[in-house]
Amino acid sequence: MKEKSSVFSRFGDKKNRGRLMSFALVIIAYIAVEVLLKTGSLGSMFSSLLVPITCYVVAAIGLNLNVGISGELNLGQAGFMSVGAFCGICVSGILANSISAGIPRLIIAIFCGAILAAVFGFLIGIPVLKLQGDYLAIVTLAFGQIIKSIFMNAYIGIDTEGLHFSFVESNFKLQPGGKMLLNGPMGATGTQKIANFTVGTVLVIVALLVVYNLMFSRSGRAIMAARDNRIAAESVGIPISRTKMLAFVTSAALAGAAGALYGLNYSTLVPNKFDFNTSILILVYVVLGGLGNMTGTIISTVVLILLPELLRSLQDYRMLIYAVVLILIMLVTNNEWLMTKWKSLFSGKAKGGA
Amino acid sequence: MADNTDKNMKAPVLDVQDLGIDFGGLTAVNDLNMQVYDGEIVGLIGPNGAGKTTVFNLLTKVYKPTRGKIYFDGKDTAGKSVVDINKAGIARTFQNIRLFGNLTVLDNVKTGFHNVIPYSPITAILRLPKYFASEKEINEKAMDLLKIMELDKYADYKASNLPYGAQRRLEIARALATNPKLLLLDEPAAGMNPQETAELMDMIRFVRDHFKIAVLLIEHDMKLVMGICERITVLNYGMMLAQGTPEEIQSNPEVIKAYLGD
Repeated sequence: MKEKSSVFSRFGDKKNRGRLMSFALVIIAYIAVEVLLKTGSLGSMFSSLLVPITCYVVAAIGLNLNVGISGELNLGQAGFMSVGAFCGICVSGILANSISAGIPRLIIAIFCGAILAAVFGFLIGIPVLKLQGDYLAIVTLAFGQIIKSIFMNAYIGIDTEGLHFSFVESNFKLQPGGKMLLNGPMGATGTQKIANFTVGTVLVIVALLVVYNLMFSRSGRAIMAARDNRIAAESVGIPISRTKMLAFVTSAALAGAAGALYGLNYSTLVPNKFDFNTSILILVYVVLGGLGNMTGTIISTVVLILLPELLRSLQDYRMLIYAVVLILIMLVTNNEWLMTKWKSLFSGKAKGGA
Repeated sequence: MADNTDKNMKAPVLDVQDLGIDFGGLTAVNDLNMQVYDGEIVGLIGPNGAGKTTVFNLLTKVYKPTRGKIYFDGKDTAGKSVVDINKAGIARTFQNIRLFGNLTVLDNVKTGFHNVIPYSPITAILRLPKYFASEKEINEKAMDLLKIMELDKYADYKASNLPYGAQRRLEIARALATNPKLLLLDEPAAGMNPQETAELMDMIRFVRDHFKIAVLLIEHDMKLVMGICERITVLNYGMMLAQGTPEEIQSNPEVIKAYLGD
């Protein structure tokens, strides 16, 4: 019995350490930023990046659930963000008269953005997740492009007669005093900026809670089992497509929530903002942070968003240095000798690696 | 077949009737008839390529049979999926070990409880009381299984880091977690030394008695097969060559011919 309890405590420690570290990281970063903001020592450029950073962190945590934990490549995370963003903007615009306070409206908008993105994820997942292989990557890539085109041609407005919607600009007419929510390729204009860094940080913590609670549960084990060995997973009674769907939909919902927060942080937002490059950028955050490693994802997202800004003084060489830093990080994190040294710094003793 | 008149009194847990499968023009299994009764250890042997693993894949619905019927627990299994058949009570191990390599040994066993102790993802995300109760139960039961298979000291190792013999035992533990009535073992002693094989034989007997399940096993190690199987079915070229007790099989001229040639 003594041996049993020691096994449990060691096991529990190992699992909890990573979890606690990421929560501690977020909270410490939040306090540090708040102190810097209060003392006014944070430049306007950095303070304007705070909300976008939290958005990308949430989207990247979601993507890591799908790519790292579930092992399915998704090249359309920005597409889900844009669904969330424009849904959030519309919801906020519609509710502007009935709920004047910013925070409750923001929370409702984030919630709606997450739900709508999850619905889109579910619809895409039905046919695709029954297949094996790289089909999800291809379909999500196409989804990102299609959703961008849809938003570039969508006109949504609200007036005294209610909500108006059209894909043809000439058919679209609003009563005087009506408000344009989505104006085709111009995107959303005149959005009330109700997003703030505190809500963003809370959203990051919620995203971490959702992903970790899922990971260390029956569903999470099933997701990882389906990733590691599909045939064996089925043989112990795990339905593969339903399991992969859970990871994919959760990932899409987190991207939708992140998108809604992002959209409500700017007065104008064009659909082109969420293009293929953005999807790839989020994927880079995930791969660089480490597949399945949420703490790593948070760090890499923050570093890779701040890096181009910090390198601004280098002007033309900026993206060159950015690329070199990317390659260096890849090399270092793939170096086994360095990684074992790094890990032994924390754990103190090497165990289970034989 | 004549030796189990007493067993015919009760229905077999597994009843295979005229089972056959063709891959294109190749007939891999044909006219297979076999029964496994509660609490029995039955061996399925035959030369390489005789179709033994194909039979396992037919029983677990990885392949759909071309001909014949498989009754499990008295019910026709036609149209069931791999997942359904596991829920119905057939669990298996694999000839080429298939563990969840990145999961810990303990988590590998826990995956086996997927349908035995279920709770929803919402329960997990919201950490409702049911989550803690279920996880506690899963943890205890998984540790018990690891103890039986003598793997408890490896509980928090990564599964892919286990020694070979331990990986085979872990597959058995994971299969047992799904609470089966029939356990299919595909070459459980492959790659084990004589001492490990002897321990494995004791484990299989213990598992059968402790969980009150039937075991059907494919094995090339004749010492193991003759040592623990109560009945043996011999396959050759996908056809049933002989069936009977270990003594009958050992003295069967057809079997000797199939193994040693003319």
